[in-house]
Amino acid sequence: MKLISLVITILLGALLLSATQDLPEWASPDSPASTHLSPYYIENSMEQTSVPNFVTSVLADYRGYDTMFETTVIFCAGITVLSILRRSHRRKKKVIRPRPKRKDKDLILRTAARMIAPMMQLFALYVVAHGHHSPGGGFQGGVILGASFVLLAVAYDLKTILNRLRERFIIIGGAVGVAIYVGIGAICLLLGENFLDYGAWSKILGVTVIEAHSHGMLGVEIGVAITVMCIMFSLYADLSSGGEMDEGL
Amino acid sequence: MQDLLHFIISKYNYWAYLILLLLGLHAMISKNNLVKKVIGMSIFQSAIILFYVSIGLKQGATIPIMEHGHASEAAHQAIEVAAYANPLPHVLMLTAIVVGVSTLGVALAIIQKIYRVYETIEEDEILEQIKE
Repeated sequence: MKLISLVITILLGALLLSATQDLPEWASPDSPASTHLSPYYIENSMEQTSVPNFVTSVLADYRGYDTMFETTVIFCAGITVLSILRRSHRRKKKVIRPRPKRKDKDLILRTAARMIAPMMQLFALYVVAHGHHSPGGGFQGGVILGASFVLLAVAYDLKTILNRLRERFIIIGGAVGVAIYVGIGAICLLLGENFLDYGAWSKILGVTVIEAHSHGMLGVEIGVAITVMCIMFSLYADLSSGGEMDEGL
Repeated sequence: MQDLLHFIISKYNYWAYLILLLLGLHAMISKNNLVKKVIGMSIFQSAIILFYVSIGLKQGATIPIMEHGHASEAAHQAIEVAAYANPLPHVLMLTAIVVGVSTLGVALAIIQKIYRVYETIEEDEILEQIKE
């Protein structure tokens, strides 16, 4: 197996290396990737959407349909992990796993995690809300939010966190995030524009079409952040406890 | 010799991505342990991300966020395309990273399920048990 793999790898490497000769030089400003579509985004993003961060405007507006389904993929992944691993509550034999007793042994860890977690959540909200003007957005902020809950679950145990953040709430939250995204797009449809054409929101919000694009993007990013947060924590909870949703690691 | 050196230096981002890509592919094919296969898949994914992000770079360009974007007259000022990095690869990879984490979660869940049934994650031992 090793030999076959080595032969395949070397052959593919040689093939790709010969193709590399035709690729543009590193950091060349007139490479094909930077000359066809991306100048349009850079020139028109501010005029059409009033968002100075081109990455956010391309992500949530110009390519909003793509991002909608990326969010759906994340939600589907969370549901898949749940349906593969989750076991019913009435299990016949208890799986014996060695679990060290660690009461009062990690006082420093728990205290530090409890103080850091709110800061992380506050920073995550800043990353989501300020994603139009600085690096950030729904995906990044959602991951930071999810990581703050994972930190708490590592420092305490999973059960303590799940008492506060119910499993049902996590899954419904993942669905709500996707629903917010699709809902914002569908309301554009009801207002007589295309799907995900946030300019239609100007009729409700009472702002100009350009500003409505910016507000629509913020709403969409909030939906993405909720989905990513819930699914990231759900993945951790399922994988660390083997679908039992008990003490976890 | 000069040509080869120029070829290596002017395109060393492709060399880096190629090495990572082949490393990941080799791990995916040849390793026997399923977790190691998944690690190989992650390395493969990182190689693709590195490839895309390196394409988006421009010489002398800054991050793709407009300067003085808050000013009200910002919409009318001339925008120099060459001054900003290409935002498109960043957008594609931004979602790819998060989706990559989710698919990694699915892979690990499947491995956990396999371990629960066969009590091993070595590929040859699983195949032996299936043949019996």
